[in-house]
Amino acid sequence: MRRRTIYRHKLLPYLLLAPQLAITLIFFYWPALQAIYQSFLLQDPFGLRTQFIWLENFQHVLSTPRYLESVRITLVFSTSVTLLAMGPALLLAVMADQVIRGATGYRTLLVWPYAIAPAVAAVLWLFIFHPSIGQIGQGLRALGIPWDYRINGNQALFLVIFVSAWKQVSYNFLFFLAGLQSIPKTIVEAAAIDGASQSRRFWRVVFPLLSPTTFFLLVVNIIYAFFDTFGVIHALTQGGPGRATTTLMYRVYRDGYINLDLGASSAQSVILMAAVIGLTVIQFRYIERRVHY
Amino acid sequence: MLTRILTRSLVTLLAATVAIGFAQRIELEFWHALTAPSGPLLETFAAEFNASQDRYTVNASYKGSYADTMNLAIAASRAGNAPHVVQIVEIGTGTFINAGVAIKEVHQLFAETGVPFDPERYLPAVRGYYSLPDGRMMSMPFNSSTAVMFVNDDALTRAGLDPATTPLETWDQVRAAAKQIVDTGAAACGFSFAWPTWTQFEQFSAIHDVPYATRANGFAGLDAELRINSPLHVRHVQTLIDMGAEGSLTWGGRGSAGDALFPSGECAILQGSSGLRGRVVREATFDWSIRPLPYYADAVEAPLNSVIGGASFWVMTAPGRTDAEYRAAAEFFNFLGQVEIVERFHVETGFLPIVFGVYEKLAAEGYYDANPGADVGYLQLARTAPTENSMGFRLGNMGEVRNIIEEEVEMALQGQQTAQQALDNAVERGDAVLRAFERAFR
Repeated sequence: MRRRTIYRHKLLPYLLLAPQLAITLIFFYWPALQAIYQSFLLQDPFGLRTQFIWLENFQHVLSTPRYLESVRITLVFSTSVTLLAMGPALLLAVMADQVIRGATGYRTLLVWPYAIAPAVAAVLWLFIFHPSIGQIGQGLRALGIPWDYRINGNQALFLVIFVSAWKQVSYNFLFFLAGLQSIPKTIVEAAAIDGASQSRRFWRVVFPLLSPTTFFLLVVNIIYAFFDTFGVIHALTQGGPGRATTTLMYRVYRDGYINLDLGASSAQSVILMAAVIGLTVIQFRYIERRVHY
Repeated sequence: MLTRILTRSLVTLLAATVAIGFAQRIELEFWHALTAPSGPLLETFAAEFNASQDRYTVNASYKGSYADTMNLAIAASRAGNAPHVVQIVEIGTGTFINAGVAIKEVHQLFAETGVPFDPERYLPAVRGYYSLPDGRMMSMPFNSSTAVMFVNDDALTRAGLDPATTPLETWDQVRAAAKQIVDTGAAACGFSFAWPTWTQFEQFSAIHDVPYATRANGFAGLDAELRINSPLHVRHVQTLIDMGAEGSLTWGGRGSAGDALFPSGECAILQGSSGLRGRVVREATFDWSIRPLPYYADAVEAPLNSVIGGASFWVMTAPGRTDAEYRAAAEFFNFLGQVEIVERFHVETGFLPIVFGVYEKLAAEGYYDANPGADVGYLQLARTAPTENSMGFRLGNMGEVRNIIEEEVEMALQGQQTAQQALDNAVERGDAVLRAFERAFR
């Protein structure tokens, strides 16, 4: 039976909702609508001359080969970040789940990186991977590997993927651990009594039961890779060398903020917004069906 | 009765406001983008200006990087509360010059306020950058630098080259020295540069007297087209690619990223802003010298003046802005243009002495004998009268153009395309940016 709270006044629930609704409208819907409106305009930065040009901005953006290149980079980037952020997190969570002594200590240590701002994390890794001042950077060069992410696009892409993923491992770890702990011990024990090996127990029992968490994290991580990795890229490579690390998000920033091309930048935001909405819908409609709740 | 009381209190209030208005100093909002040591010194100048008279108060505030400050100023202008004066980086000049009613041109400011001003006091290469072709000054020059070449004399000596007698005037000489430095292990990196487009294309075009863009580098109109795929430019990029292949060039990254390579001793020869000198003085633990930028001896008989970088001050308009406020801006500019102020700024920050009289005064006092290399940038900037090709650049969205060139050259250095392809791509993409700008501002 569903519990229902009954309000005597029709107005009260709306009144209670109003602050949250107002915040959503002002800080989310209004800017989003502004972006959509701006994406139809050709305007100088000062807003002195405005022309309404329908879909020309979109046409211009989508016909640029470099935009498609950014799409490819973003796909590689997001997939890698998601896999690299979730895989190790799951492994760590499974290990931490088995720890009996000092579990809280481990957990706290593993969660720490999440408290670091993306840009700060990027600078930390920059000091480690920098070819001339970083320990690992110098080490790689000493080994004869021509490590220089400032000029090698693949190395740069690897670096931003690595740092972005590292940043997210803690978050995933926390959710995976909580997910693991909510799986009833009896089920796992029953499987053990039936003679299932440890890896079999994990893949056949634990992993499927963990799927709601995995699915949730998949969505969150993809959105993270799309939108929240700006700080890392900005601090490490500024989208270069060449355009090797210019993701769609970074492009929006560059065209809008640095190049002051508000129309093209807005059009890209709108495309990005549509892409992420689409991606989330697909995930919930198709992947979710295979999730055991 | 009530109305009478209300009226009376209103009248009193009004009178009080007027009285305060007379006594009150006029406030001038001034946004800048300079960090230490230049920023605090600029704020000191503002405080000294405030103390020097009793009519105006300049509120100087740091607003972040050049890009941040420019974006904030534009956003503020759109919202109708632009600052009175804002510092805009040199590559934003094209954008601001076309800002129409959003700005007040400096020549107009002085004419309207009646404050006397003589633009001829400023060096031609500085004044020209911020003026229309007919000489009308659009913004107020302030912090200007130019590109020079820093040389690690100890590394030269280790490589078996005598710093006193080794000429580094041409690219052939620089390349040979850089190669010898790397080959002998005198330094890990022979040659590098900061601000790649600025040093390798803008300065390069100016001193070789070749156009960077048509229409006098954009001074004559928004319909300018890039010309950086000329044979000389291609040859230069090929030189850079070859130097990269032989190991004598290390790419230092975009923007100021390359700066760090010189004071750390990693790179023996580095082209960067003359403003880097202060940091080298503080950090370098070796003997060093500053030399003018190299050139191709067969491409130009004698190299021309280099161009400036840095920023200038723009006066912005806003609804309800009064003549007195504009007058405050004009007075403040004249204060900053005084020889003593320019001299202090030059000596303490390494930016160039941009008005006539400062260099001569310091030279007479022996300052440059005590601080060798501090005059190289100035002498290079002032060595010839600027031509159409060395006056500066007036292109829309120049930051984007710079990025495009850097992107394409980075890809050429990675071996993904030839020098010619890189520059053809840069021209094609850069021209698209210029056309978009032309369209938005028409």
